Amino acid sequence: MRVDSREVEEAAKQLYIRALKLLPPDVKQGFDTLARGETDATARGILGVMVRNIAVAESTDNLLCQDTGIPIYNVTIGKGVEVDGVALKEAIRRGCERATREHPLRSSVVHPVTRKNEHSSCGRGVPVIHFDFDGAADTLAIEMVPKGSGSENNSWLRMAIPAEGVAAVKAFVVDCVLDAGGKTCPPTIVGVGVGGTADLCVHLAKVAATRPLGTHCEDPEGAKLEAELTAAVNRLGVGPQGLGGDSTAFAVHVETAATHITMNPVAVNMQCHSARRARATFTPAGVEYGF
Amino acid sequence: MAHFEFTTPVTEAQVRDLKVGDTVTLHGTLFGIRDATQIHMFDRGRTTRFDLRGHAVIHTAPNVKKVPPSPEHPTGYAPVCVGTTTSARMERFTQPLMLQYGVRLVIGKGGLGADSLDAFREHGGAYLAVIGGTAALETTWIEAIEDVDLDDLNPESLWRFRIRGFGPLLVGMDSQGGSLYRDVDAAARSRRADVLASLGVKAR
Repeated sequence: MRVDSREVEEAAKQLYIRALKLLPPDVKQGFDTLARGETDATARGILGVMVRNIAVAESTDNLLCQDTGIPIYNVTIGKGVEVDGVALKEAIRRGCERATREHPLRSSVVHPVTRKNEHSSCGRGVPVIHFDFDGAADTLAIEMVPKGSGSENNSWLRMAIPAEGVAAVKAFVVDCVLDAGGKTCPPTIVGVGVGGTADLCVHLAKVAATRPLGTHCEDPEGAKLEAELTAAVNRLGVGPQGLGGDSTAFAVHVETAATHITMNPVAVNMQCHSARRARATFTPAGVEYGF
Repeated sequence: MAHFEFTTPVTEAQVRDLKVGDTVTLHGTLFGIRDATQIHMFDRGRTTRFDLRGHAVIHTAPNVKKVPPSPEHPTGYAPVCVGTTTSARMERFTQPLMLQYGVRLVIGKGGLGADSLDAFREHGGAYLAVIGGTAALETTWIEAIEDVDLDDLNPESLWRFRIRGFGPLLVGMDSQGGSLYRDVDAAARSRRADVLASLGVKAR
């Protein structure tokens, strides 16, 4: 299958807008699950307003949240897919710019030193574009994640040492959730990276934070940590918006990678309750949009 | 827990009546303010032509659309999506906002810290919590963008919105030293050792 870069540009534009307006079904279901178990009346009220907002965004065709985030595009190239990588990157960037100018969207992206906003949601190294390959698929998939700053500003890396063991990982996650308080717009998806190099560890935390609810770490050790930590952080009582309650996190997600004999890194990256993402899948029959 | 309907600007006495846990719905005028707005106002000596005395400011930078100026859209901006950002980054600006500009109410999400709580107590102010991330709903409470200042900082301009039925907002911090955020944080930290023990980790 050959993928036309004009179609990629159009998809990159549509995906940004779609991600900002439609919350994935797994996140909606996550609200239902939390609301059923919530014992605090204020927290139940807050969850109710969040759910109402999802309906208002859909009925008024508006953005769920004002924060258009830092645009991230995750491209997965399947078997037998022919694509010009350079043209693909340029097409994604153009689509991202067009979404910003044509919708229009607030450009939340500035130069880190001058703070100049080009009003295009683009800049040096932004949009963030990741490439991966999938031998099992014969499609090209583009996932778009507008990563909001309230949650992104609460990101941490700790280069723990082997003598501290897995206890260091667990304590770190609990302490990050405490430090984040209401700043991350809880209930959150707490993404945890365990192992790797420093940069890989942080990347894993982001992958974990943006993974659909209901999915589990492929590494059984990671999956075990997910279950334990999800229960633990929801006993802290931070609650929705940091105003108290049981619903601090939809889930703790963990991703793992092998690490060095001398290292024990752990990273945390959070996703807010507006856990937005959208997906376009290019097949020989056309482009399908989903989550 | 009482509910209040305020039309801005408000008086010191009105604000001093508010206690944490009360709710407030605002009508009239609301000013949008953000990181860059306040960095320029308080660190770089810029001033605004707006009179903020007795008013409410909201931590925001909206999505707007450029339109031909009209009575409905006098600035040439129509609101698209107006929401609320994390307040904690703007902690150090609460004191000067109140002292130099006479602001009475700060609206945001996630809460403010001890310095802001002191400012609310000394000068008569309160923090009203929006449910963060519910901007589609919040936008329905905005009637128009009436005016804009410091617009070279767009989208972090100083916005003047006309609002109707903006709320209910939860009083998260009051002028009597009450803060829901401080209380929830202290309670959560008091559970830390137990939670770590449930994970087989000894608290240090």
